[in-house]
Amino acid sequence: MNNELSNPDIPVPSELQSAVTITSLDKIYNWGRRSSIWPMVFGLACCAIEMICTAASRFDIARFGMEVFRATPRQADLMIVSGTVTKKMVPQIVRLFNQMPEPKYVMAMGACASGGGPFKEGYNVVSGIDKFVPVDVYVPGCPPTPQALLHGLIKLQEKIDSQSLKSVRWYGQETSEAVPVPVLGPDLFDPRQHALLAQQAGQVQENTESVEE
Amino acid sequence: MSDKDSSGTLPVNEVASDSLVARFDGEVHSDTREGYEGYIVAANMLPEVANVLRDELGYDYLSSVTGVDYIDENHIEVVYHADQTAGGKGINIKVQLDRENPVVPTLVPIYPGADFQEREVFDMYGVQFDGHPNLRRILMWDGFHGYPLRKDWKEAYYEEDVKPFDSRWPGGGVKRSEADNPYGKNVSYPPGFDINNWTPETDDSLYESLQKTTSNGKSLHTDSIVVNIGPQHPSTHGVFRMVVALDGETITDLQPVMGYLHRNHEKIGERNTFLQNMPYTDRLDYLCSMSNNFGYALAVEQLMGADVPERAEYIRILMAELTRISNHMWAIGFLLNDLGAFQTPALYAIRARELILDVFEATAGSRMMCNYMRFGGLARDFPDTLRGEDTVQFITDLVENTLPKAIDELDQFLTANEIVRSRCIGVGVLPPDKAIAYSAAGPLLRASGVPYDLRTADSYSIYDRFDFDICTRPNGDVYDRYLVRVDEMRESTRICQQVMRDIPAEGEIFSGKPQYNVRVPAGESYGRVENPKGELGYYVVSTGKANPYRYHVRAPSFVNLTVLGELCKGHKVADAVVILGSIDIVLGEVDR
Repeated sequence: MNNELSNPDIPVPSELQSAVTITSLDKIYNWGRRSSIWPMVFGLACCAIEMICTAASRFDIARFGMEVFRATPRQADLMIVSGTVTKKMVPQIVRLFNQMPEPKYVMAMGACASGGGPFKEGYNVVSGIDKFVPVDVYVPGCPPTPQALLHGLIKLQEKIDSQSLKSVRWYGQETSEAVPVPVLGPDLFDPRQHALLAQQAGQVQENTESVEE
Repeated sequence: MSDKDSSGTLPVNEVASDSLVARFDGEVHSDTREGYEGYIVAANMLPEVANVLRDELGYDYLSSVTGVDYIDENHIEVVYHADQTAGGKGINIKVQLDRENPVVPTLVPIYPGADFQEREVFDMYGVQFDGHPNLRRILMWDGFHGYPLRKDWKEAYYEEDVKPFDSRWPGGGVKRSEADNPYGKNVSYPPGFDINNWTPETDDSLYESLQKTTSNGKSLHTDSIVVNIGPQHPSTHGVFRMVVALDGETITDLQPVMGYLHRNHEKIGERNTFLQNMPYTDRLDYLCSMSNNFGYALAVEQLMGADVPERAEYIRILMAELTRISNHMWAIGFLLNDLGAFQTPALYAIRARELILDVFEATAGSRMMCNYMRFGGLARDFPDTLRGEDTVQFITDLVENTLPKAIDELDQFLTANEIVRSRCIGVGVLPPDKAIAYSAAGPLLRASGVPYDLRTADSYSIYDRFDFDICTRPNGDVYDRYLVRVDEMRESTRICQQVMRDIPAEGEIFSGKPQYNVRVPAGESYGRVENPKGELGYYVVSTGKANPYRYHVRAPSFVNLTVLGELCKGHKVADAVVILGSIDIVLGEVDR
């Protein structure tokens, strides 16, 4: 069986080596997960084109067991945020993230999803998706080449390899909280910043009052 | 601005000039500002002037509507570019409005293609278009505070009016904009905004505005339902949303909602230097970065009066036509995806496209974001070898053999396919008069039988040296749009073959000396190219400084969507997906 699975410390009789492997539960569990990461069909901008090219025949994402792009978040393990995250779009992205079942992973593909990229200063642009949802892997580039995306996926596999059934969040006692969905108002409003916003508004009012006095 | 400018540019069209100025005495003036052309029209006379333009002077095609905020003169100018589908130079007319209360009559009854563009000007500048049927924000959301493209509107991360910012250059410093913002995010709220007494805007008014039923009262009463397709949906080619009112499975009304990828191209473009905008144009229609570069280079070269060396012209055309092939490959592959032939045709199309991307990568350094053209030439010449072969040999082989074979292969498997024919023929029919009225461009227009292509109608670069045909089809349905794309790919390979035959083997690829900051004389220009998706125009206003004062992109995908609702009415909801696929949009360009 698969050499990468077997534990060299526990010898297996040679006549059984073709049929038996002795390994840890973590290892076989993670091996199964890392070899079948299903990404969500979710394209935002230019990077999505390179993501599609990665899935096509030349670069062939199927070599990593990841070719099953799912159109619904309920069946997806991985959200590849492939493009510029705008304020108008971020409520939907957070909602999609909340709809994905655990264990779930997020990859920020490209400069925009990682930190705003060339459009960071724009009035409708969010400075990276990690301002709202937790990101596991950042892939640099504008857009990243298919090779870079595959490298990011390999890094994600390494991350999965390093996780343990005993310590992962989604088997623990605490259920994970949904990320509060941002709201569109005069500008994008993050419910987690409610107190800060109320305080800032108070300050502005005080300032204008003192000017009037 | 000086009003007695002796070197003023000649009127665009003598006939138009005579009749317009004479006929509307005192209401229409020639624009005499230095570097400007066209006419300034009094706001109340605009519909009448537009009627004369359309019906008597032959300017039946409204190409672009945009605004400019001249804050020093305290007016907002709305700029209209109109064209003749019979061919020839375009004309532009302008209306100057008060910044405090900008109101202008709408042109939607005369040119329905103005619909979304006027909404964009309203969204960005707050110009009220009197009589517009549906004047609401289009790129930003309802309830957003302010009109972003006004010169006195500052974004949350505002640092300085123009680049390069003092914090970065020449010192080379780095600054995190988050650190200066009280919320640590790219947000700012109007003074006095009280979070505790505030309710967000909903989409209810949008849903109510849809026409719900077509029933004549005789049939059985059924409830109509409203379905949102998108912004996260595999068939919308990105983050695009269609709000569809359905009677059973039949579409009674469809309203496109966009702006989910609005990344403030124009605001950023007005802070950038002229050259800094070049890589941003790559990201407009990100499948066609080469021809996006081309249009922007033409617009600025018009202002600068720069010459382009012979060899550079040939390479430009080669790159633009290869882009057209790769775009149409993609469009056809994904049209088939939308038809339900999931992935297989797209994989074949992408395989052919990858070869073209190899040429781009070897030449420009990037597969998609080429950033290849410069004002007065190109960034670099061909490399010596490409995939281990001589570059010229590789490209010649590509355009002589490989690509024609790939096109034939698609044609052979798809064109006569029974399912393709039954799903496409007679679906989404766009008659020619409507196509022109709605300012449809590119394959969408030509599939309706209108032979309008800027490469011949208002020829640019050296297209007049090549032998090629403008492809049209008579029926204007989805099938004809597909066929026009196949035909155009064939014509593009013909042009590429001629380029490879005629291109000078040696020669400069850049005129003048390369410089970081180009000098652009004051004035306006409208540079445009026939992009694979239609007319891509750049309206650039320079004040002689290092940055464009106004930088507007007339995006073909955006304007082509104006007619989407009309095309889909009466069809089944599954056909809406196909019709959208046949228009071939890219959201980077729709939303900019």
